Amino acid sequence: MQAFITRETLPSLPPPSTLKGPIAWMRQNLFSSVGNTIVTVVLVLAILAALIPFINWAFIKADWIGSSRDDCTSGGACWVFVYVHLKLFMVGLYPEAETWRVLLVGMILVVTLAGLMIKGVPFKKYLQLFALIAFPIIAFMLLSGGSFGLPHVETNFWGGLLLTLVIAIVGIVAAFPLGILLALGRRSSMPIVKAICVVFIEVWRGVPLITVLFMSSVMLPLFLPEGMEFDKLLRALVGITLFQSAYLAEVVRSGLQAIPKGQYEAANALGLTFWQGMYKVILPQALKIVIPGIVNSFISLFKDTSLVLIIGLFDLLATIQGAFASPKWLGYAIEGYLFAALVYWVFCFGMSRYSQRVERSLKTTN
Amino acid sequence: MADSNLSAPPQTISTMPSKASFWNDPQKRALVFQILLVIGIGLLLWFIFSNTLHNLDKRGIKTGFDFLDRPAGFGITQSLIAYTEASSFGRTFLVGLLNTLLVAGLGIIFATILGFTVGVARLSKNWLISHIALVFIETIRNIPPLLQILFWYRAILPLLPGPKDSISLAELFYLHKRGFTIPSPLFEPAFVWTFWAFIVALVLAFIMRRWAKARREKTGEQFPVFWTAVGILIGVPLVTFFLTGSPLNWDIPALSGFNFRGGLTVIPELTALLLALSIYTAAFIAEIVRSGIQSVSKGQSEAAASLGLRPNRTLQLVIIPQAMRVIIPQLTSQYLNLTKNTSLGVAIGYPDLVNVFAGTTLNQTGQAVEIIFMTMLVYLVISLTISMFMNWYNKRMALVER
Repeated sequence: MQAFITRETLPSLPPPSTLKGPIAWMRQNLFSSVGNTIVTVVLVLAILAALIPFINWAFIKADWIGSSRDDCTSGGACWVFVYVHLKLFMVGLYPEAETWRVLLVGMILVVTLAGLMIKGVPFKKYLQLFALIAFPIIAFMLLSGGSFGLPHVETNFWGGLLLTLVIAIVGIVAAFPLGILLALGRRSSMPIVKAICVVFIEVWRGVPLITVLFMSSVMLPLFLPEGMEFDKLLRALVGITLFQSAYLAEVVRSGLQAIPKGQYEAANALGLTFWQGMYKVILPQALKIVIPGIVNSFISLFKDTSLVLIIGLFDLLATIQGAFASPKWLGYAIEGYLFAALVYWVFCFGMSRYSQRVERSLKTTN
Repeated sequence: MADSNLSAPPQTISTMPSKASFWNDPQKRALVFQILLVIGIGLLLWFIFSNTLHNLDKRGIKTGFDFLDRPAGFGITQSLIAYTEASSFGRTFLVGLLNTLLVAGLGIIFATILGFTVGVARLSKNWLISHIALVFIETIRNIPPLLQILFWYRAILPLLPGPKDSISLAELFYLHKRGFTIPSPLFEPAFVWTFWAFIVALVLAFIMRRWAKARREKTGEQFPVFWTAVGILIGVPLVTFFLTGSPLNWDIPALSGFNFRGGLTVIPELTALLLALSIYTAAFIAEIVRSGIQSVSKGQSEAAASLGLRPNRTLQLVIIPQAMRVIIPQLTSQYLNLTKNTSLGVAIGYPDLVNVFAGTTLNQTGQAVEIIFMTMLVYLVISLTISMFMNWYNKRMALVER
């Protein structure tokens, strides 16, 4: 008789397809019960019914390149509308010959932000200082011109995405110092300081941005001595900055509250004055915690900038609306709004992803 | 306050006779600083005030609230109270305020229903459902509400057919370019009894709930509170309604020529504003609901199961009460945001407070200071009321730590 003996272990079999692999995944997540199966099938059909015509309209039957509405012949979406007006949507009526200045500012901004966000880039501290102090000055010099032989471009010519970004960035950067002061004031032990800060913060947070914009465009000229004139953009910026500083103050305050008492006491014990303690010990820690909060309030500010069209500034949304209201391009509202939505979405979604990443990395370090 | 330590004197020194000079005494310094601050702000306010008076004087505008009694002389497309062109500016304020509150109220109801649905769908075990909810939330949240309002109003609603070939449902509801026409209720005087019956039913349901709770704590017996309450709330008014002889008729809309006669037509501005704001706010509410439910730790439902509670009761008695503690404060701030966002209606011409009062009335009278002040005050009162409710609720619901 011959015995059969295996001398090496056989490779283990893969688990049955009911437990692992795509089929098992589908059984667990899509068809786990009769009810679930029905729901899945109905939903898939509904999605297909909605998506196929949309894709057909937006991509397959769409016209992409051309010079006038006569090039839109295939019956789908007319992206020619966006293609023709792209420069208008990006920079508004900024003079053609000077557009490179906008591009340059945009490039500096992207490089600086990338340097700040990517880990392991050296000289972060100087980069931060550059972003907060030098960049706004350089950007203003380049965009507005009037010095170094650059021709002056009035703010009436700024528009489109450029204006949206200018309002959002100036709004957040200018509101930042005021927000920190208000947050400190609200936590102060001096009753009058505290009361003033609480009233200021709650008033701005309690009213809609539109009324603030109305106020800054109608009432600001009344508040100032005769002959002192602001242009429209600056008036809107003043309103947005005050409004935003109240929101930032609350964000910063939440960071201040999260710093353990021992840190304040330690700063005290070292003999640091109030401002030294804040600058060297408390704020660096508090501001680091609230980065996600600051990004989130930047996102809502970015969305809120679209309101300036109501007081007659030509931001991204306003230029798009203006373009499809012109008789030559009547009837392309859907394309225009979809393009605007896409631009806003890309910015906001990107920033919210970044803020979630920072939040997660903060969680692990603590 | 934690940072008061930074300005408080070290304790060892305070027991010794103070030799610190005036400037090194934190208390005196704080006093001087605050006095200076008050003077500074006072000067700033005086500067603004005197400039404003001077500027208004120069433009020949008289300050004061007299203009509220003057006739307005312009029409408003939607009004919940009687309003004609001869009505006063004070009346336009009221009309605008009511229109704002109408959108806010309806928007809150729709946003809550949609938001809770999407939030629960986000937690579904079915991958497809939860990911559809995810895509909905992430798309809607990241597009400005103003863009959404304009999209509905100027891109989607114009696609609807005209009144003549409107989409109709059972010959009662008509959806068309100029709005959404529905039958309108005609109340007869006797209907007031049904209203009172409803109030009585509310009181009855409340008493029943207290009785059931007291009995449960005494004997441990359960009582079907919810279904009994529903029965009382529907039954009592319904019986009264029929006893008083059904005092309610409907005005059915009918097409005559190019427009509808009878019925109630919801103006397209309201439709667009409501759609956009409800959907936008619902995306935020959905996230709040999801995080609220997920914040209840798994141990809680396991503990409830080991006590022998059925899944339904676990949800009702363990999960929802704890999730609500997280959800309600954030939900109220979303309601507040929605109320503030109704002011965006001005972009599509919805006659809300900002549009008819801070817009048209301001342009006609030029009383910028008074009008902006009144408008801001309205929103401020609304938000302070809501935040007072929130503080009250937080205090009531705060965990009592022993």
